Amino acid sequence: MHRTGELYGQFETLEQQKDTASFGMWVFLAQEVLFFGGLFMAYTVNRRAYPWAFGAGSSTLDLTLGGANTVVLILSSLTMAMSVWAAQVGKKRLVTWMLIATLGLGTVFLGVKVVEYKQKFDHHLIPGHGFDIRYVSQHPELAKNPEEAAKEAEELDKAFAKDPDLNAHAQLYFSLYFGMTGLHALHMIVGAGLLLWLIAESIGGRYTPKYNTPVETVGLYWHFVDIVWIYLFPLLYLIDRHN
Amino acid sequence: MPREHYLNATYGIRSWLLTTDHKRIALLYLASVTFFFFVGGMFATMIRIHLLTPNGYLVSPETYNKLFTMHGVAMIFFFLIPSIPAVLGNFLIPLMIGAKDLAFPKINLLSWYIYLVGGSFVLYSFATGGLDTGWTFYTPLSSVYSNSAVTPAVIGIFINGFSSILTGLNFIVTIHTMRAPGMTWFRLPLFVWAHYATSIIFILGTPVIAITLLLAGLERMFHLGFFNPALGGDPILFQHLFWFYSHPAVYIMILPAMGVISEIIPTFARKPIFGYAFIAGSSIAIAVIGFFVWAHHMFLTGESTFAALAFSFLSYLVAIPSAVKVFNWASTLYKGSIAWDTPMLYAMGFIGLFLIGGLTGLFLACLGLDIHLHDTYFVVAHFHYIMVGGAVMGYVGGLHFWWPKITGKLYPEFLARVAAVTLFIGFNLTFFPQFILGYLGMPRRYHNYPPEFQVLNVMSTAGASILALGYLLPMVYLIWSMRYGQVAGPNPWPATGLEWKTDSPPLTENFHVTPEVTWEPYDFKNRQDLGLVAGTRPLAPAHGDD
Amino acid sequence: MSEHIVSPKIYLAIFGTLMLGTFLTVVAAYRDLGQWNIVVALAIATFKATLVVLYFMHARYSPKRTQLVVICAVFWLAIMLALTLSDYTTRQHEGRIITPSAAHSLSV
Repeated sequence: MHRTGELYGQFETLEQQKDTASFGMWVFLAQEVLFFGGLFMAYTVNRRAYPWAFGAGSSTLDLTLGGANTVVLILSSLTMAMSVWAAQVGKKRLVTWMLIATLGLGTVFLGVKVVEYKQKFDHHLIPGHGFDIRYVSQHPELAKNPEEAAKEAEELDKAFAKDPDLNAHAQLYFSLYFGMTGLHALHMIVGAGLLLWLIAESIGGRYTPKYNTPVETVGLYWHFVDIVWIYLFPLLYLIDRHN
Repeated sequence: MPREHYLNATYGIRSWLLTTDHKRIALLYLASVTFFFFVGGMFATMIRIHLLTPNGYLVSPETYNKLFTMHGVAMIFFFLIPSIPAVLGNFLIPLMIGAKDLAFPKINLLSWYIYLVGGSFVLYSFATGGLDTGWTFYTPLSSVYSNSAVTPAVIGIFINGFSSILTGLNFIVTIHTMRAPGMTWFRLPLFVWAHYATSIIFILGTPVIAITLLLAGLERMFHLGFFNPALGGDPILFQHLFWFYSHPAVYIMILPAMGVISEIIPTFARKPIFGYAFIAGSSIAIAVIGFFVWAHHMFLTGESTFAALAFSFLSYLVAIPSAVKVFNWASTLYKGSIAWDTPMLYAMGFIGLFLIGGLTGLFLACLGLDIHLHDTYFVVAHFHYIMVGGAVMGYVGGLHFWWPKITGKLYPEFLARVAAVTLFIGFNLTFFPQFILGYLGMPRRYHNYPPEFQVLNVMSTAGASILALGYLLPMVYLIWSMRYGQVAGPNPWPATGLEWKTDSPPLTENFHVTPEVTWEPYDFKNRQDLGLVAGTRPLAPAHGDD
Repeated sequence: MSEHIVSPKIYLAIFGTLMLGTFLTVVAAYRDLGQWNIVVALAIATFKATLVVLYFMHARYSPKRTQLVVICAVFWLAIMLALTLSDYTTRQHEGRIITPSAAHSLSV
């Protein structure tokens, strides 16, 4: 089917095309809910089985970085929504700026994730042969400060007392941590690619009140990725923080 | 034959491999699913030959495990699941709703390529060591201990899942937003309702098996512990996640076939279908309730009586909408003017065989019986009655019914009826003995069996050879008819759907003018344009339509 | 175009609420609420997610079919979680794997 202007040949009107594209993205997001949902199921079963290991694993995550990332991502949802608004009211330059802001914030998020992953690698918390939940507490120079390391060692002793296989079970926590945040990051990278495409098109002035469907549909995708993180943050970073 | 239609509109291999025409994509799928049907069929042949003797000599026990696994994987993921939706659904849905194409034609083509990539990974797995885990990939055998080519296979099935998901997405969106003026929800053909329900399962079920197989593959590659008890992992978790999709998957395989039957029966009874709204609603009910029953595959894994009872009860519940369909199809025949053309033969065969398959499913859903029948040939017979006696007959019947629309030619009727009967006889001879074998205790997935079971096994293999003939005949004459068949005209049966109001084969854009629908579905009485004249072809009065 | 344009004021208000929710989540995590910690965390997360769906994603102003899709996705996820847990919680030992302590069994 060929295209005349912005209208693709299988459609009768631009309105039908817009409704269809938007609805198509929603249906796609429904399947994404179930895709991530399988991981959430695995998380639920494992956390119920190994609460001490999950608590121990969660305590090794940097709450400042995780919290900051949460703020960054929600802010990027705001800028994304603003770019849709800008297109709807005909502010073409603002569309581009808001998209750039969204991409920038998304890149910050991914950068922080790289820092976090590297830290896990240094702390021997990557699942596999070298995995050792006790590594940081036994190497206080890696901790934020010596009291932290001592406190962590004490907490780990308590946890090991309750669950002798804590190391193996903590590996399960980290497999899920990397699986869930990794899949999320992969989705963000795809989102970043889509944003780059939108930015390029918006510079050419393509998005107007009459035609802004791609901005809206990419926006739906971006907000969904934000929602996944809204759940990942408490589930991964905030287990047993009160201990 | 019309002068210009979708087959001759453009020429050359690029015009086929880069097409976005849903009708051409349907034919691309037809070729590829047929290829996988042969792959799966080859493994089935080897299994049946091996089982001719109690201690079969054809293959080693390890290879036998690979045979039934690869048969299942090829048939389920690469033949049955795509068959009706990707071939008939793709071809017909835009025509049936009065649209020029699906909502997302390029995504439709992408679906086919994703299918090919997934299929290639699986073929690679077959060729480099095979697969011996059962199509169910239970852990930790699949994720830790198996020495077969599991990783490429799970990658292939993972990728193929997205082909299904995109097809389902395309169908749901198309049915919502692309209907022609006047084509309201309750004027839609039941084939469309069936595919809508199927697409719900595609969208909501397939991603779960995708993530599950991804996790199993990651576990295998990186020695993670999700499903490995030695590392604190949980094989039951795998089973829950696997069956959450794989049970609804069986409804993916049967719902489209039911949609085909719902089109064939009114056509060859020449009266409206009985209980249209109930058949439409029952498709949705099956899709929904079908998601609540999966743990009936896990009755023998240590489920509590409470959980087992709940899932057993829900499994009985899901049979009800299927029964509604069977009653409604039968009621449609009452006082109808029955014609025994080939599609009708397939439809009648479907009803009988689906009935047996469905009822034996209830035997298995009964907790006490399942303890004895689980993992026996009773289960194998049950699902083959539905998947082959039901789904495949629906597929072949549908191919015959719409062949004139797809190709503009008629297939040879006498030969087709012979093939249909051959298939029916061969099928029953193959699989009915397996019910008895299962009841007598022959386990499935075993390379050998006690000698007293040999007669029934030989019967089954003999039946399989007749069944094979029943499949080969249509392949030959259908291809023959494309060149030498009689020209069909737009509506040879005649049938009432919108697809029959356009040329055979249709234009690339399907309709010369966007149709406007003012009639009810299956309205044989009031459709003067069908040319059915009382006296020469008596019409039955419309009884009991809603 | 027959679309509803949501004003930036609403977007900012939603953003503010989401920030508040994030802050509350962290605060609640540092208090020992026993088994209610997870309930509070998920409740706040769901509240935040609902705001994003309704306002940032315009679900509130979308056709019924869109709302149906959202409800179905959530409902199906709920089925998967609830029915699977209904099996786990009624099994012996709640279906947990009980392995002998063996740290050396990690080398597979």
